[in-house]
Amino acid sequence: MAMRLEVPPEAVTTNPPGSKDKPRNKPGGWKLAIKRDWRLYTLVLLPLAYFAIFRYLPMAGNVIAFRQFQPGGSIFGEKWVGLKYVTLFINDPSFWQAFQNTIILGVLTLLFCFPMPIIFALMLNELRSQKFKKFVQTVAYLPHFMSVVIIAGMILQNFSMTGTVNQIANTVFGTTVNFTQDAAWFRPMYISSEVWQTMGWGAILYLAALTKVDESLYEAARIDGANRWQQTWHVTLPAIRPTIITLLILNIGTFMAVGFEKILLIYNPLNYQTSDVISTYLYRVGLESSNFSYAAAIGMFESVIGLTLILSANAISKRLAGTSLW
Amino acid sequence: MVKGATVKGTTVKETAVQEATAPTADTGVLLKDMKVSRGMRVFRVANLVFLLVVVFLTMYPFLNILAQSFSSEGFINAGQVNLFPLGFNTQTYQLILADSVFWRNYGNTVLYTVVATAISMVLTTSFAYAIAKKDLKGRSVFIGIAVFTMFFNGGLIPNYVLITSLGMRDTLWAVVLPNAISVFNLLIMKSFFENMPRELEEAAAIDGLTQYGVLFKVVLPLSKAIVATMVLFYAVANWNSWFQAFLYLDNPDLFPVTIYLRNMIAGVTTAGSAGGTAENVGQIAANIQSVTIVLTIIPILCVYPFVQKYFFSGVMLGSVKE
Repeated sequence: MAMRLEVPPEAVTTNPPGSKDKPRNKPGGWKLAIKRDWRLYTLVLLPLAYFAIFRYLPMAGNVIAFRQFQPGGSIFGEKWVGLKYVTLFINDPSFWQAFQNTIILGVLTLLFCFPMPIIFALMLNELRSQKFKKFVQTVAYLPHFMSVVIIAGMILQNFSMTGTVNQIANTVFGTTVNFTQDAAWFRPMYISSEVWQTMGWGAILYLAALTKVDESLYEAARIDGANRWQQTWHVTLPAIRPTIITLLILNIGTFMAVGFEKILLIYNPLNYQTSDVISTYLYRVGLESSNFSYAAAIGMFESVIGLTLILSANAISKRLAGTSLW
Repeated sequence: MVKGATVKGTTVKETAVQEATAPTADTGVLLKDMKVSRGMRVFRVANLVFLLVVVFLTMYPFLNILAQSFSSEGFINAGQVNLFPLGFNTQTYQLILADSVFWRNYGNTVLYTVVATAISMVLTTSFAYAIAKKDLKGRSVFIGIAVFTMFFNGGLIPNYVLITSLGMRDTLWAVVLPNAISVFNLLIMKSFFENMPRELEEAAAIDGLTQYGVLFKVVLPLSKAIVATMVLFYAVANWNSWFQAFLYLDNPDLFPVTIYLRNMIAGVTTAGSAGGTAENVGQIAANIQSVTIVLTIIPILCVYPFVQKYFFSGVMLGSVKE
């Protein structure tokens, strides 16, 4: 103990500010670094173990996509089977249906759920009463804090035969529709609930960006005769553009994982035709039918596409807009 | 659509008005105080109405659930309940509140939330503190290890296989460990620590405090706001989570309340054992579900005002760096 206490003051005196980084970046600087910072390294140990076990081990576990797997056996499978499972899913029509549904729901989500928070933030920004603005925000953030199970319960109730949507349909059109079981209605049901759930909270980053817009830019625009709409177009939107692009890249990155938990809770065999996405399909194949290797092959395919999407979105935006995540 | 039209109308009229006023009024403040154009007024009213509609639509499902929870099955089944309870009844509340399974699962949710949040905080804080030290050797590797997992993950099946083979099935650990570190939270905390004045820590080090001492006696007491924010982030996420429990827990005694609710929605169980007479189990399902939803939401609603404030400041902190 006594010896260890000596170390930090020593380290401080031998490393005056300014020349700090140089010696430590030399090869072989590890000894010195550990001697000086061993306490910091102990702080890192547990989290690194966490990442190794719960994040990187499963990544490696994906090899079972190419190996025969025995439940209860090694998590890395028993023996190599090559591309057996890959060819299996490539020839599986149910997979391609799920693939198609994933793309369609992903595109619809980007189309409807991505712009709504921007519009909402801009509209909030136009409010002059701060109290009313706070009130709208408080209400609009609420769905974000609800468990997806609760959201699912609300969706199923509102769209049920006796729910509100059918009450309206009955009053206006004189008919009712079995929304929760009709494949043709799954997408509208999913997307509208998704907008309901994400619009308010999604605006928060834009609102944060809006608070940082330089007030003098508006003044200059007004002096130039710009009206409110032109101010929004020429001052506000360019100011929040980096935020929009960053969020767009992130959204594209999660494109493949569209609402897995929510869909799992609200879909049923009657609407698989439109509701079954890759993640729910692999869930059923893997965990309900215990085809672990087959499902792992599908999962890997999904992860690789997701990673490719985010890398290319990032590269494209770096080139075109000069904004990127890294 | 309506909004677009209004805005366009505004453009035309406003341009005319402002062209007339702009030469005389050279500051925005003056313009604001002067007569607002008709188009602008129309826009403001439309904006207000639109936002009120948003407020109503956001609140509606909650109010609907509340109304259904107090309604009698006949009215629900006839599709007549929307904003207000019809055929006021509190029997279902009594039924659920008397259900021991419900309370046990509720207790589990509290337990999982507390344990998981504690674990998450220890791991996140220690890692964030270390990687916030710009001169720590290996820092960029540590950051890279964490950030990469944001964009690529092992996927459902390998995770499932791993947790199962670690023998965590049907234990609390399967719920609280696998998602212990949220990289998003980690990065927010890291940028908070990075923005702390270095002099504070250097002074403390000269006073003879070790790096542990600096963390516990200097840095953490100054980080109460961020720690509170992180606790709330994790606690809300854990309170709401269901999927881990759904995957790894088979014993109903271990279920969190979200699974209780999920099974009810999926029609696996009807409230407790006493779910009414057999012939109308399907009918009163909506009522029972609503009651369960209301009872699950209440704690969230109670902390919501604080949570919301902290969430906003947390997100602001996180976005400052970009």
